[in-house]
Formats: sequence, C-alpha cells, structure tokens
Amino acid sequence: MFGKLDWSAIPFGQPIPLIAGAVVLVAILGVLAWVVVKGHLPYLWHEWITSVDHKRIGVMYVLLASVMLLRGGSDAIMMRIQQAIAYQSQGYLPPEHYNQIFSAHGTIMIFFVAMPFVIGLMNLVVPLQLGVRDVAFPTLNSVGFWLTATGALLVNISLVVGEFARTGWLAFPPLSGLTYSPGVGVDYYAWSLQISGVGTLVAGINLVTTVLKLRTRGMNYLRMPMFCWTTLASNLLIVAAFPILTATLAMLLLDRYLGFHFFTNEAGGNVMMFMNLIWAWGHPEVYILVLPAFGIYSEVVSTFSHKPLFGYRSMVLATMAICVISFMVWLHHFFTMGAGPDVNAIFGIASMIIAVPTGVKIYNWLFTMYGGRIRFATPMLWSIGFMVTFIIGGLTGVLVAVPPADFLLHNSMFLVAHFHNVIIGGVLFGAFAGFEYWFPKAFGFRLDERWGKAAFWFTFTGFYITFMPLYIVGMLGMTRRMQHYDVAAWRPWMLVAAIGMAVLTVGVICQVMQLVVSIRNREALRDRTGDPWDGRSLEWATSSPPPVFNFAFHPDVRGEDAYWAMKQHAKEQQLAHHFEPEYEDIEMPRNSPTGFVCAFFASVTGFALIWHIWWMVILGVLGAFATFVVFAWRDHDEYVIPAAEVARIDQANIEERRNLVSMAGAL
Amino acid sequence: MAMTATYGHAHADPHHIGRVLEHPGPAPKRIVTAYGFWVFLLSDIVMFSCFFAAYAVLVHQTAGGPKGSEIFEQKNVAIETVCLLLSSFTCGMASIAADVRNRLWFYLCMAVTCVLGLAFLSIEFREFADLVSRGYGPSRSAFLTAFFSLVGCHGLHVSAGVLWLLTMMAQVFAKGFRADILRRQMCFALFWHALDIIWVAIFSVVYLLGGAP
Ligand code: HEM
Ligand SMILES: [Cu+2]
Repeated sequence: MFGKLDWSAIPFGQPIPLIAGAVVLVAILGVLAWVVVKGHLPYLWHEWITSVDHKRIGVMYVLLASVMLLRGGSDAIMMRIQQAIAYQSQGYLPPEHYNQIFSAHGTIMIFFVAMPFVIGLMNLVVPLQLGVRDVAFPTLNSVGFWLTATGALLVNISLVVGEFARTGWLAFPPLSGLTYSPGVGVDYYAWSLQISGVGTLVAGINLVTTVLKLRTRGMNYLRMPMFCWTTLASNLLIVAAFPILTATLAMLLLDRYLGFHFFTNEAGGNVMMFMNLIWAWGHPEVYILVLPAFGIYSEVVSTFSHKPLFGYRSMVLATMAICVISFMVWLHHFFTMGAGPDVNAIFGIASMIIAVPTGVKIYNWLFTMYGGRIRFATPMLWSIGFMVTFIIGGLTGVLVAVPPADFLLHNSMFLVAHFHNVIIGGVLFGAFAGFEYWFPKAFGFRLDERWGKAAFWFTFTGFYITFMPLYIVGMLGMTRRMQHYDVAAWRPWMLVAAIGMAVLTVGVICQVMQLVVSIRNREALRDRTGDPWDGRSLEWATSSPPPVFNFAFHPDVRGEDAYWAMKQHAKEQQLAHHFEPEYEDIEMPRNSPTGFVCAFFASVTGFALIWHIWWMVILGVLGAFATFVVFAWRDHDEYVIPAAEVARIDQANIEERRNLVSMAGAL
Repeated sequence: MAMTATYGHAHADPHHIGRVLEHPGPAPKRIVTAYGFWVFLLSDIVMFSCFFAAYAVLVHQTAGGPKGSEIFEQKNVAIETVCLLLSSFTCGMASIAADVRNRLWFYLCMAVTCVLGLAFLSIEFREFADLVSRGYGPSRSAFLTAFFSLVGCHGLHVSAGVLWLLTMMAQVFAKGFRADILRRQMCFALFWHALDIIWVAIFSVVYLLGGAP
C-alpha cells in the first residue's frame, strides 16, 4: 500500500534532523495559522499564488531562494563546526549524516538558491527593461516557478521522511547506483532535480522568447540593456543544457528503478558516460548562474558611476562568446580520469580562453567607473566586492584548468575554496546587488542603507576568513568531504574557517535586520519617483511598484540607455508642454491556479515515485493530465483594463513625478 | 515625462553604421507562440541527442547478449516508418483544413493521423514485448538498455502526441476554430513533424546501421 514507506523512515533515533524538522514544521504551521486567522488567505491566493504577473512571480522566486539560502546556510554551519572539532575525533555528526549534509548543501545552494535567485531577478526586471507588459508565456511562467518550489519541498521533506543522497551534489555512479545507495536518498535527489529542472526549462524558454520576440518599439538588439543580453545568453544556455540534465537523471533513474545498465559496472554500462553527460550540463550551469550576475554588475556599475557602460558592444560580444565557449570545456572536470594528454591539453586551453571575455568584462567595468561620479550605495559595494573576489577566484580557476596542477588539486579543499570563491563572490554577491538595486522597484520603498552596508562588510570579510584558509589546507593536502581527520597542520585553519563562518552569519543576520528595519520605516523610505537611483534603463521609467500592465504605452526607444535619454530630453524641454496621450484598453492575462495545481500533482507524483507507491503515482499523473485539459479548456484567459483606468493610473503617476520635479526645482 | 513617440531625441543611428532597421515592437501572439514552441522542440532534440550519444557509446556493449543485427526485423520497421511518415502527411492536411476552417476534413485527417500513430505504437509495442519475452529485455545488456531507452523515449513522445491529438479534436469540436485553438493546433503539428524527423534519425542510426550484419 505505501511502497517502501513505513515508520522506520522517520529518524526517531536522531535528534538533530528531528528537532530541525519539528522546528520548521511548527514554523510553517504557525505561519499558516496566522495567515488563516488573520484572513490573509484570499489575498495570498488571488494576489500571489495564482498570479501570472511576472513581477510577482519574480518576487516569489527570490523569496524561495532566500528561504532556501537559510536552509543551505545551516548545513554549511553544521559542516564547518564538524570540521572544526573533528580533529582526531568523530565530531558530533555520524559519517553518513555528514555525507547527507554536504550533498544537500551543494544541491540546495545550486538548484534552490542560486538558480531561483537569478531567475527571479530576470523575471522581475527583463520585461520592464524591454518596455513590455509581460513575459511571452505568463501562465507557463507560474508553472515553472511552482515546479521549482516542488523540488525544494521534496528536498526538505527528505529531512524528516527518509534520507537524502550521500553522494555529493552530482550523484556520481556507481556510488549513486542501487548497489551502493539502496535507500531513497538518491531518489529524492533525482526526482526533486527532475521536477525543478522542468520548471527551469520552462523559465528558460519563456525568457528566451521574451527577449527575442517581445521588445518595445525601437528596442533593437544593440540598444538592449546589458542585463537583457546576459539574460538571453543565460537562458539560451538553460535551453541547451537542462535537457542534458534531464536525460542524465532519467538514465540514472532507469538504472535504479528498472535495472537498466547505463552506468552500472555490470553488463557493459559505462560510468564515464555519466561524467561526460553531467559535466556537459554542469559546466554551462556555472555560466547560467554567473552571466545574469554579470548583467547585474553592468547595470549597477553604470548607474552608480553616472556613466554609460564602457564598451557596450565588446560587452555584448564577450557575453555571447562565453555563452558559446562554456559548452566546449566540460572535460576539464575530469582531467584526472585518463583521457590522455592531448585531450587534456585541448580542454585545458579552451578553459583558459574563457578568461579572455571575462577579462574584457572586468576591464569594461573598471573603465566605466574610471572618471565617473561614483556613489558607494550598497549595490555598488556588492559589485566592487565582487570584482575583487572574482579576480582571485578566476585566477585560481585558471590554475585548476592546467591539467598537471589539477592532478594535485583535484578533489582537494583548494577546489572547494575556488568554486565558493567564484560562486559566492560571483553569483551570490550579484544576487544581493540585484536584490538591493531592484527592491525599490518591486516594493516601492528603498532598503535601509546602514544595515545594508553592515551586511556587506560582515559578509565580505566573513567570506575571506572562511575560504582563504581552505586554499591553504588544500595545498597542505586536505581532500574535500572529510568527516574527520588526524593532521595537526590542518586544525588551526579549520578553526579560522569556523570563525569566518560566524562572521558570515552576522552578515546574514544584518541582511535580515535590514529587511525588518526597512519594512518598518517604509514610509520614510518610500520611492515616489519610480527612479530612486537616477537609473538609465526603462524599468525606472514606470512607477514603483509598477502597475500590472507595467507601461501605459510601449515606450519608443531611440538609443542606448533609453530612460536616461528621455530624462535628458525632458530636461531640455523643461517639461514645457503638457502632454495628453490617448490611452487605450489593455489586455492582460488572467490569474490562473494552473501552476499551483500542477505543482501539487507533481509533488504527489514525486513523493510517490520516491517511495514506490504506484497507485499514488497514477493518481498524480492523471491529476496532472486533467489540469492540462482544464487549462486548455478555458474560454477567457485575458481580461481588459479599460482605457479610463489606465489613464487614471498613469496620470496619477505623472502628476506625482511632476510635483516632485517642481519641488526639486524650487529648492 | 510621458514616454511616447513625441519626443525627438537624438539620432536613430548613434554609431553611424548607415541604415538602421527599427525594431517595430512586440511580435504578434501567433509568432510568439510558435517561436517559443520551436525553442522547446530544440531543447527536446537536445535531450534526444543524449540518448543517441548513449546509444553510440553503448552499442557494442552487448555483454554476451544479442547484437542489433540479430534482433531487428527490417520489415516491421519499414511498416512503422511508412505509418509515421504518412501520419505526418495527414497531420499537414489537418493543418490546412484548420486554416480553411473545414471541420469535416479536419476531423478526418486528424483521425487518420491518430490511427496511423496508434498503428506505429502497436507495432513498436509488439517488437518490445517480443524481445522481452525472448529474454532480451533492457536489463540484458548495456546495448539493449540504450536501444530500449532511445526508441522507447520516442514512443513515449508519440503516445503523448496521440493524447494531445485527441484533446485537440475535442477542443475543435467544442469550441470551433478559435484563434488560441489554431495556435495550439500549430504547435501540435510542429511537435508531430519533429517526432517524424527524430524517427528518421532513429531509423538510420539504430535500424539501418545496426541492422547491417
Ligand atoms: C555561506 C557560506 C558557505 C559555506 C561556509 C559553505 C561551506 C561548504 C562546505 C564546508 C562544503 C563541503 C566541502 C567538503 O565536503 O569538504 C561545501 C560544499 C559545497 N558548497 Fe558550500 N558553503 C557556503 C555557501 C555556498 C554557496 C552559496 C553555494 C552555491 C551557490 C555553495 C555550493 C557548494 C557546493 C556545490 C558544494 C559541493 C557539495 C559536494 O561536495 O557535493 N556553497 N560548502
Ligand atoms: Cu567547468
């Protein structure tokens, strides 16, 4: 009846996951109860859960990422504590529990923190920057988000029901095969990634189509803001790479469920094929994450330097070059597997070539800052912190891309330090910069600068104290994923790293405080102009938060930095003539519970598959098909906002701005 | 500060490259839908490529089991192929019928497409069942694993296509040729033709190359 599921799945004997799970459960139930009692449920349902507005969906993505960042961060804290005390002792975590933690940490951080964070920001901003009303497929967008949430849910369920994989975040066979991992851990891993992967693919298709087909009048390719370009590149990579992940996981699952022989040791299976496939996805994945961050830095640096982006065209070229080359270097992840010197040399060189376009970008940012009027607001701090950190990470990356060096450093702590260096310094800093930068656009008020700066400085120093020691122990020969060790020389560095983690945690707390304080002071921090940073691209041309339809008219773009040009032009004319435009009705897509319902059935199906509860699988799949048909059966998927209403909203915005401008003029 | 065409800011050609093609604005829905669906199909083809690659890697790993030339029946495969190619043709006819709003021909062509698709599926199913019953199931060897997965993945797509096809017919029956339904029909047709193309690849790589002794 319940497949492999019985009471032994719940770890009554292990206090840590049980307590953690109980706390989370109580928290969730508490929030739910509060929502219901306060009567917020209808609001949540109508305004958020069923919303197909790209801005709302973007916000929900970022929220999901933030929550999961806390979860992945707790795993990181647990690991750092373990390695700090596990010198000549077992530490406080049993080995197989430690293995679950690092696997869950890596999986969560990549798939449920970094991915949703950047996808959320792209969702929120790109249609605004393109001057359009929505993404190409709004309902599908909501489906994509909710499927990602399903994946996150499954990973978290594994905390209390059953176990998670002990294989590392890429689940290499044969370790992840049935022989060595008979439990449900790998199944949790594979199904949650499989489901959220579909969500990511949907988001990718959506954003590619949006950028290529939905640009406002006059928005030629070479006038798009840099963030749109990196979004395009990143999502092209998603469309090309995520199907590889899907296929690879499908093969792994077939091996596990039906006794196939893709990656087994018997009957001719081939483990190296897994390596090739997973890294053919995995290397582009890194660039899927970092390219949007590059876009964010470009926007932030030019806005806060008060200058157009230096070398815009070379930046576009560099972005697209990275997009292409990143698909050709995957083999550098297994130089040590005996592919032979020629192959290694080719891939080594190809890997280093990527440094060229990346260098171009860094120089462009520096030249943008050079001679500019720089304001050191929080987003700018994150961007500068990124540049410093990323250069170090990039250099160590070139080091591990040299095959002979890789033979020494492979699977060492040096590698761990390197990829955290690029992924925290590159992606997470970028995500934070974007978060600070676009927060006023999404919510209509700015974030508190003092807490923001504190968060930056603690995170920045904490990051260095945590990860620089790892480079050192790496060179001292410490390999990754160690549950305990006996080498005295490593000990002090592990202690330093633990202290660094504490500092990092303070940074995270500051960030939470920043949010709390800013929400409390939101009236004082209100952004009435829609343009709090004196921005250059179209997202600042509309009010904050923007109306559902974003723009009353499709703006007409005449050059790069569209909004900047409009502001200059308005100044020249000194707002002389009063302009009475002719408003028109606007059609917008209607809200739809499709995404949520799909995710519900996906969760049921995923859970049932993990535990081999076949009747439930059938129910889940039938439910999903029914949702599809019902969705297809809808007669009215759009509603009309009458011209009068558009006029009212738009005129109110214009009025508000005009008042502010004339007030500023009077000063 | 309204943002309309009224302000005449600057030059449309800041870099003096000569004639600049002005972007006219967001594309119409039909184009956006078809475009997005194309992108999806491309990603689907990437997924198939992985299974093709796996097949290429594993094709000689027979682990003492049968080789391709020992189990493939060219006649069956030929009939299958004819079914699928014909169904692509009738599917195209259905699209034309939808374009000219001819319900009768639409139903007729879709029904024939459906029957041909089902015929294809049943032949494939019989082939699979026969192999399994002889002990040559997918867990017999890595080669058979790759073979069953690649061909089976295509078969699953065709099955999903048949379900979609029936939904399409029901929708046209209930709602007629509305714009959104025509867009969906266009996507369905793209999907069906893409499956055909993938089958041609499977036919060549798996059955023709592998069938040669
Ligand atoms: C907040 C600070 C962080 C700390 C202190 C931290 C710490 C760690 C530690 C101790 C490990 C295990 C290394 C080992 O097994 O020896 C690890 C692995 C990993 N971390 Fe982090 N991490 C942090 C943030 C992140 C972030 C933000 C990401 C990605 C967005 C990330 C991605 C990974 C990945 C992919 C692994 C590899 C997991 C595996 O071995 O399978 N980490 N991290
Ligand atoms: Cu790589």
